[in-house]
Amino acid sequence: MRFLRGGGIAGFVIRRVLLGLLVMLLVSIIVFVSTQLLGDPARAILGRDATPDRLAALQKQLNLDSSKVGQYFHWLGGLLSGDLGTSLASSQPVTSVLGARIANSAVLVVLAAVISVPISIAIGSYAALRREKVFDTVSSNLMLVLAALPEFVVAVLLVILLSTNVFHLLPAISPVPPGTHAWDYPDELVMPVATLVIAVAPYVSRIMRASMIEVLESDYVEMARLKGLPERTVLIRHALPNAIGPVFQVIAINLAYLAGGVVVIESVFNYPGIGLALVDAVNNHDIPVVQALAMLIAAVYVVLNLLADVATILVTPRLRTRL
Amino acid sequence: MTTDQLPAGETETTGGGAAVTVRDLRISTTSGVEVVHDISFEIAPGEVLGVVGESGSGKTTVGLSLLGHARRGLKIAGGTILLGDRDIRAMSDADLRRLRGSLVSYVPQDPASSLNPALRIGIQLREVLEAHGSTDDKENAARIAEMMREVALPDDPAYLKRYPHQLSGGQQQRVGLAMAFANRPRLIVLDEPTTGLDVTTQSTVLTTVRELAQIHDVAALYVTHDLAVVAAVATRVAVMYAGRIVELGPADKLFESSGHPYTRRLVGAIPRLTGGRSLVGIPGHAPSPGKRPAGCAFGPRCRLHVPECDEKVPDMVPLGPDHSSRCIRAHEVVDFKQDDYGDPVALPEPQAEKPVLTIENVVGYYGSTEVLHSINLTLEQGEILAVVGESGSGKTTTARAISGLHHSWTGSIRLGEMELAKSARARSTDIRRQIQYIFQNPYGSLNPRKTIGESVGQPLSVFKVASGKKADAMVGEMLEQVSLSAAYARRYPDQCSGGERQRVAIARALIAKPSILICDEITSALDVSVQAAIVELLGELQRELGLSMVFVTHNLPLVRSIAQKVAVLADGSIVEYGETAKILANPQQEYTRHLISDTPSLEVATGEVASGAGVADGERPE
Repeated sequence: MRFLRGGGIAGFVIRRVLLGLLVMLLVSIIVFVSTQLLGDPARAILGRDATPDRLAALQKQLNLDSSKVGQYFHWLGGLLSGDLGTSLASSQPVTSVLGARIANSAVLVVLAAVISVPISIAIGSYAALRREKVFDTVSSNLMLVLAALPEFVVAVLLVILLSTNVFHLLPAISPVPPGTHAWDYPDELVMPVATLVIAVAPYVSRIMRASMIEVLESDYVEMARLKGLPERTVLIRHALPNAIGPVFQVIAINLAYLAGGVVVIESVFNYPGIGLALVDAVNNHDIPVVQALAMLIAAVYVVLNLLADVATILVTPRLRTRL
Repeated sequence: MTTDQLPAGETETTGGGAAVTVRDLRISTTSGVEVVHDISFEIAPGEVLGVVGESGSGKTTVGLSLLGHARRGLKIAGGTILLGDRDIRAMSDADLRRLRGSLVSYVPQDPASSLNPALRIGIQLREVLEAHGSTDDKENAARIAEMMREVALPDDPAYLKRYPHQLSGGQQQRVGLAMAFANRPRLIVLDEPTTGLDVTTQSTVLTTVRELAQIHDVAALYVTHDLAVVAAVATRVAVMYAGRIVELGPADKLFESSGHPYTRRLVGAIPRLTGGRSLVGIPGHAPSPGKRPAGCAFGPRCRLHVPECDEKVPDMVPLGPDHSSRCIRAHEVVDFKQDDYGDPVALPEPQAEKPVLTIENVVGYYGSTEVLHSINLTLEQGEILAVVGESGSGKTTTARAISGLHHSWTGSIRLGEMELAKSARARSTDIRRQIQYIFQNPYGSLNPRKTIGESVGQPLSVFKVASGKKADAMVGEMLEQVSLSAAYARRYPDQCSGGERQRVAIARALIAKPSILICDEITSALDVSVQAAIVELLGELQRELGLSMVFVTHNLPLVRSIAQKVAVLADGSIVEYGETAKILANPQQEYTRHLISDTPSLEVATGEVASGAGVADGERPE
């Protein structure tokens, strides 16, 4: 087991990447097995009236007549070489079907992350500083309410508030036309991004508040104040780096959740991202697309968790020096 | 200095500008309950004032107030704190910030948690200079190097790049000291800075504090619960009880002819190297804030109590130059001979030739590192064997190997005639019952979600001794035996004090009727008077029940009061092993002599015993 230690931060990253690949391999097996439950793709394409001859011909064409293990390795080989197969619904390569969709969803998730993470860290930290004062009480309770609301309720409330009944400022749906880019329509992005921000911010700000309170009560923060350091230095140099470690994990889990959770938001706003694509693919028994999206979402989880662990280690010398 | 405003009866001891003068200081909770009442004292430049008290007496609160700081939920409610001639209470937040770390600095209790784990120690040292106006990098680097040398730490850049967790406890505390002395303050507040350090480290830290205070003419307030430590470091001592100073005077006066019954009892509770007297705890508790009586707060626990004690809080009664006591019978008390130390210990004779525990050639490992080298020990029936050493000497590993908690060892451990398996899991239920373990930290060793009754009763069900009503009765009986009442069974651990929790842990071990009790530093987290009470209890139990015990500790004087035999461990080897009285009176090994001389004790401080190389090496200012 010696190779599991040493190598500093680079060694750690290499080990975790290898572990991540192992996780992805296991996920691929689970995805493959569970997508078999969606039924026979050949029948899905040809419909209920297909003759046995045509069915058999298509099954042969789709490589469905070989053993399940054979099919799995055929699919896995395709994944590794970048060939995700052909969409059953559109007869286009999966990569070209999903390319634009992935870009659209990525825009949504990245924007939501870039906005929500700093805001929620700031809100959580400030609430901790003003503990049990007005700002803290109001923000903590508001965050609790927001955390309790399902995203689609938030989305509908936003639509009522900003797009229909009350104000009429923004479009209620965000149908980015095919062939164009999401960032070409900034006003259509506002509502879905806002919904995602509201979905993520409560969790991150609450954990930030709890973590910050613990750090502010610590002996080393008291000591820093008793050394006569300016309050700015106490907070930014002494408190923040120690408080943020645990928050990285929560941010990672939430962003990973976003990658999957966009499904609901995208269908509310009719936004052409991977969420909508996934819903369509499941309805159409479009197995190659479902498989590709499942693998993509799993990969996002693995990568984000790896990043969170690396970030935590970077701000925690006790962990870093042990590597 | 505005000496003309001092109340009558207060003597000016310092002959001119005291570094700090505290008058009628009161500190209360933000909801208005007073926790510290009418504190007055002063400290001269170069002088170390010891503030002694048990947990909850308000000593740390007073110490922090000298930096204008009150912990969350507390506020400074009245009085004056003069630093030279500036009143700290009248300062703005900005002035206070400039004051802290420059004119007044603080050395915290737990260096491990007071240094920021995410910052290199060099940065933490430099920022205290930068925050107070020294921005020249070269000058700061030179100053840091100078400070590091003064506290006997390496001053090379590589060392300064270390993180706190890469330092030992003693090194961390010396970094804390370097930080405190960095801006050449006029006053240093030290809050139990040696609690948790082993005696050798403690001794060097104490020496450093004393020397630095003298060389730089710094006044120091040294807060501690350990009178022996005060004896080693302080010239004057303030004894605090229930938020008040009950006695204030020169250190030697307080130990020889104290004028307050509480101080007397505290002195009696200190383990002594000579004589091997039994320790006498103080029955009862200190009253908590808000529940303090109208009269003398110590009254309910005092053997000299008379009805007048309860009428009003006694005034400080002057007893001599710079010595006063808050007791209406102070003049009587001061004339008593200090004879209530407890009787000389008559430890029972163990039954020889009937060893309950034999350890032969035990070699212990952590991973591939050998941490115990060929340990040989025997424990006779009815004997208490003390295992003494510094941290890292292997004493706890030995105890854990006996109990099967540490199972990476070779050699032979026999219980009576029976060869023991390496790990507790491989041992039979009955063997596990026969060896019971009491842990160091009573705050961590009791399940907070279980009542005391459930915790104590658990061995009965695990070992299938009894259940139901019968078990409840046995639990009640056991609690009585450790001087708690049966009513404690319904309480939860957080409703008990540290001493009570440790009694519960003892009850839990004893209810299994063990052949051997292993006590791992069981008093080191407790106040001195509580420690005395626990040791008193163990002594009684041993005499009544004929217990055989392995008593792991770093406190040598404590050993004298309880153990017939002692084994001194250093770096995983036994360097000395034999009868306690003989070894303490006439140690054969250099290591044992160091251990004895480094242990702060009243005898060394008051000259009863000649000091070795350690603590009171003629440096104590008279």
